[in-house]
Amino acid sequence: MDPLLNYAIFFVTIAGIYAVWSLALNVQWGLTGLFNIGIVAFVAVGGYTSVLLTVEPSATFGGGLGLPLAVGFIGAMVTSAILALLVGLITLNLRADYLAIATIGIAEIVRLFLKNEEWLTNGVRGIGGVPRAFADLGPEGLALANMVLVLLCVLIVFLLIERARRAPWGRVLRAIRENELTVLASGKTVKYFRLQAFVLGAAIMGLGGALYAHFVGFISPEAFEPLQTTFLVWVMLIAGGSGNTKGAVLGAFIIWAIWSGSQIVTGWLPPELATQAGALRMGLIGLLLVLVLLFRNEGLLSEEDQRRADIAREARNDGR
Amino acid sequence: MAELLQLVIFGLVLGSILTLGAIGLSLTYGILKFAHFAHGDFMTLGAYFALSLVVTANLPLLVSIPIAALATLIVALIADRLIYRRLRRTRPVILLIASVGVALMLRSAVQLIWGPNVQVYAQGIQLPYVIPFADGAIRIKPDHLIIMGGALFLVASLHLFLQRTRVGKAMRAMSDNPDLAQVTGIDTEKIVLWTWGIGIAMAAAGGIFAGLDSQLHPVLGWRLLLPVFAAAILGGIGKPYGAIAGGMTIGLAQELSTLVISPDYKPAVSFAIMVLVLIFRPRGIFAGRST
Repeated sequence: MDPLLNYAIFFVTIAGIYAVWSLALNVQWGLTGLFNIGIVAFVAVGGYTSVLLTVEPSATFGGGLGLPLAVGFIGAMVTSAILALLVGLITLNLRADYLAIATIGIAEIVRLFLKNEEWLTNGVRGIGGVPRAFADLGPEGLALANMVLVLLCVLIVFLLIERARRAPWGRVLRAIRENELTVLASGKTVKYFRLQAFVLGAAIMGLGGALYAHFVGFISPEAFEPLQTTFLVWVMLIAGGSGNTKGAVLGAFIIWAIWSGSQIVTGWLPPELATQAGALRMGLIGLLLVLVLLFRNEGLLSEEDQRRADIAREARNDGR
Repeated sequence: MAELLQLVIFGLVLGSILTLGAIGLSLTYGILKFAHFAHGDFMTLGAYFALSLVVTANLPLLVSIPIAALATLIVALIADRLIYRRLRRTRPVILLIASVGVALMLRSAVQLIWGPNVQVYAQGIQLPYVIPFADGAIRIKPDHLIIMGGALFLVASLHLFLQRTRVGKAMRAMSDNPDLAQVTGIDTEKIVLWTWGIGIAMAAAGGIFAGLDSQLHPVLGWRLLLPVFAAAILGGIGKPYGAIAGGMTIGLAQELSTLVISPDYKPAVSFAIMVLVLIFRPRGIFAGRST
């Protein structure tokens, strides 16, 4: 196959996985205002769950049940959701900034657990030979089929969240974000709604983790670093338009294009600087984050535009 | 018994480092009203400025500390002018996200300038003082004495500053009740400047001590951020004296926890304490009157 086409397929697949994470963060932060900077924890738990459920049995680590991939994907969502439920019950009553610190703590503990509990996770050596979806299609068919699978997941998650956002449920979430007291006064159990949003977002993050692990075919604690898995997702959502479902997807693709573009540019660096490429790109994420906040903090597609579109649509429906 | 005492000493050393970080974090949190997530990376920056002064310019460490602190402060004020100040009118959480961006840029700059590898202030192994005690012996490295002595000196100076000077009193007033402080004619922009000055200088010193205690690496401060936050929350946000107590408590708790749990999970201890405090005493265990 044409190498350019190959690269395009790879690009869309990874960007699609990021879009899943970005959509998940949109439920937590965009709609509900829950400040999660421990995305990596839920992604890694989902990824590891799916790998341990589906990989062939091994003598060196736990799990290895050799189950079908679909079971792995569902398992990933369930364990991430359970982790979020436990964390959420303890921390969701906290202010946004305290929740942020708490989620950093969760991410740190998950990282330590994956590194140290070798009996389960094989420690820092990681787990190889992770089964890939559509493995019997040959390398080219596999890449294409995986891309379709990821895009299908993006579509399903997108439709689900868009539906939820427009439903009364989504309105309650946005109301909680804007003014918690009013929502309390109108008789809603704020904590319960926040917990639902947090758990739903985390389950989707877990699904993205499983997609990623099965696409790469290898998993280790280092595969999920906060920089790429947490902060890049944040930049994507904020740049795309926090609270705007289309914006979350658009942001993922645009920022992933910039991010991979920066990889191509740093590839041209002389070898003595090449080891520093990672550091340069980390600075780039920070710079992008700050620039978006300073100059367009509502993102490319703002929530306001979306709201106007919603109102226009409802007016049309009424007129019919 | 000797083992326990040894851990207490390690705990006091770690506590000194965390205290210096927590004071600044608590003050910026209390006065500027946002969680400054780049605080840990400013600690890293201070440590690396001192590295250049000690290794390249051959200055003694104690002379390097104030110079490195000043250099770090200049960087912090630039970040304040270019970024934070422009966002101060928006919601605090926007400032929080911006500070994460600043943290990433700082870490990137440190790694580009000084390289990704582990570095130390002085090569070679330091011989510890061995003090025989009961059933064993306690070892204290000279560096440990510098760290504890330095932290004690800085905390004592802060105490005098807060109690004796007009600016210090104004800072406490701002932290306790910003509206009331403003009404009484306190120049808030000046206080903001002093808050950065004290907070970042303390953070730089804390970063240098952290590097002295073990090694310097670009994520030195980021790794300290969680326990430093835990210390600030434990002491009560905006309360410098609480930050001292919080820092020491977290430092001792982390080291003493190795008696019962695997040292691999040391960072989880500060997290557990923080969550417990947030649930049961969200204003910190030293809530109430702050001075």
